[in-house]
Amino acid sequence: MTFERIKIMKRPQAEPYYDWDGLVQEDRVHRLIYTDPVLFDMEMTHIFGGTWVYLAHESQIPNPNDFVTSKLGLRPLIITRDEKGTIRALYNRCTHRGTTICRVAKGNSRGFQCPYHGWNYSNTGKLRGIPWPNGYAEKLTKDEKYNLAQVPRVESYRGFIFGTLNIEAPSLVDHLGPIKKPIDEWLNRNPGGKVVLCEANRFKYKGNWKLAYDNSGDGYHVIYSHRSLVQTENRFDDEATEKGMSYYQTDPDALPMYIQYMGNGHHFKDKRPALKKRPGGLWAIEPLHPGMEHVQEKFRSMYGERAESMLDLAGSEPVNINIFPNLSLLGNHIQVFQPVSFDETETVWYGTKIEDVDGTLGEEALTDINALRMRTQEGFPNFGEVDDLTNFEQIQRGLTAPEDEWIYMNRGYAIPDRIQILEDGTVKGPATDELFMREYIREWKRLMKSDLNIAIQREV
Amino acid sequence: MNANDGKANASRYSHYVTNDFYLELIADFSDWQNNDKIVSDVGERDLFRGLLEREARNLDRLLFEEWLDLFTPECVYWVPSTPAGGDPRSEIAIMFDDRRRLGDRIYRLRTGYAWSQAPSSRTSRIVSNVEVFRCSRDDQRLVRSNFAISEFWDGQIRVLAGWAGHRLRKQEGEWLISAKQVNLLNCDQCIRNPSIIL
Repeated sequence: MTFERIKIMKRPQAEPYYDWDGLVQEDRVHRLIYTDPVLFDMEMTHIFGGTWVYLAHESQIPNPNDFVTSKLGLRPLIITRDEKGTIRALYNRCTHRGTTICRVAKGNSRGFQCPYHGWNYSNTGKLRGIPWPNGYAEKLTKDEKYNLAQVPRVESYRGFIFGTLNIEAPSLVDHLGPIKKPIDEWLNRNPGGKVVLCEANRFKYKGNWKLAYDNSGDGYHVIYSHRSLVQTENRFDDEATEKGMSYYQTDPDALPMYIQYMGNGHHFKDKRPALKKRPGGLWAIEPLHPGMEHVQEKFRSMYGERAESMLDLAGSEPVNINIFPNLSLLGNHIQVFQPVSFDETETVWYGTKIEDVDGTLGEEALTDINALRMRTQEGFPNFGEVDDLTNFEQIQRGLTAPEDEWIYMNRGYAIPDRIQILEDGTVKGPATDELFMREYIREWKRLMKSDLNIAIQREV
Repeated sequence: MNANDGKANASRYSHYVTNDFYLELIADFSDWQNNDKIVSDVGERDLFRGLLEREARNLDRLLFEEWLDLFTPECVYWVPSTPAGGDPRSEIAIMFDDRRRLGDRIYRLRTGYAWSQAPSSRTSRIVSNVEVFRCSRDDQRLVRSNFAISEFWDGQIRVLAGWAGHRLRKQEGEWLISAKQVNLLNCDQCIRNPSIIL
């Protein structure tokens, strides 16, 4: 297969001259990066195309010929697994007239037929046949330009499927770099080191997608934006341990939890050091959920010492693993950010369940754990996320004022000895610091300034 | 007195969401809308229609505690994230609240810090097409209704529409809601600020 290098035809002056260093400064950014539709159009290729972007999870297409629809920026895609198991990210766009050829979210099929003129493609993207071929001077199925476009580079890391249009990008593994370690730990606590996606809490908000990414590691907003949640989680005063997010209540910067910038836009919020590591430790900080007393009592009477670590499987890992630009692993969720326009974004909180990979749990315990895991995962989207999304919308509204230009990201900035640069180049600071915003937006600027080598490819 | 010192605090412990509870719920909400099970008695239908209207009025007036009083002590409020309803043991729901979590939901809205509902949405609910179905238990009915909630929030009115299944049980001579399944038309789509009680 060869790469089809693209010099995209654009409307005149589609990309005006931006003063990137003026827009993104050391400690603040200009409102235009959230409010300018032309800049958003550039992002849809320079960011959502120029770097590795999360597309789907392998557990959504476990079997040959499974498919799921997705997006790369605004491009509609079909992520397919062909008969031999190869995963591709096909453009959901008929090569004839541009119609989308797949209109369902998921399924199993060897191919796709365009509902407009009946062009028929295999799930490898190859054009298999068209109605009345004699009306064309040449045999279209022999010419690869009529095969579906594909994202030229698609790679997976432990079930997470990514794609990029940038043929000069490093390998996915190199691109992830140090953030691989928290991903591994997040997976490895589950049986067989894997999770399976189930349904999702799906939201949208009227605001720029970066407002969600800015928030993903923000330890400063927790106690205020989520004030109603924290109060609700602690509404019964008979509990010895404080629940959920309450460890933010006193002086979060004095606790051993931290924020760490991991390079290439990725960052990691680790709240685990604030907790004592022990079996049942994660379970102990869970707020109240439907079914928890029943399963807890049942497990403790049936499984003895094993019960605590089994309950931990229904509990959430207190980490936020944020993979630029659109993936966040937090608690047990796989959250995906999907830009819609400069002032509209979708955030989908996929739930994850576990499998009894080695048969040590048994069907009954597995059902109980997953049922409880569903209920623990419904808590934050319902009682926390909705308040953040409202605040994101209100930021977007505040930013309509053109004269008041700056958004500050300077918490923790220029304070001697506050931030450490580690040997591997990662940058670490206290939990409420905005250092990850300053670092990731620098990577954003680098990509926006770059003259990228963008390509698509087609099956031969 | 704090607005939350009242009934929402009633259920500190919750033991009833067991595997059997889920199985019964799934069974009750499978294959129940059959013509041969429709209750033709007009008086009975009016009784349940009245109950649904009272429920809608309580929610429109933000009388959440009075709304919760319409439910049995061991109830569930379930908003599936798939049109088929699915198995809540292995699928995330938009909402799946036992009575205690309903108490949480109300408590949160009453804190004054629930930014997604500050100020609160104004709603006007229309409940219609009420049909009552018999089940295997004499003390239980299933009621299907269509709903359209006009919600005014952030300067705009939108409509949340769909159908609901209410499972009602007669307890101490009174019909109470033991399960409410709310099926939004767009349950599997991204929804802006889904923070009101449906």
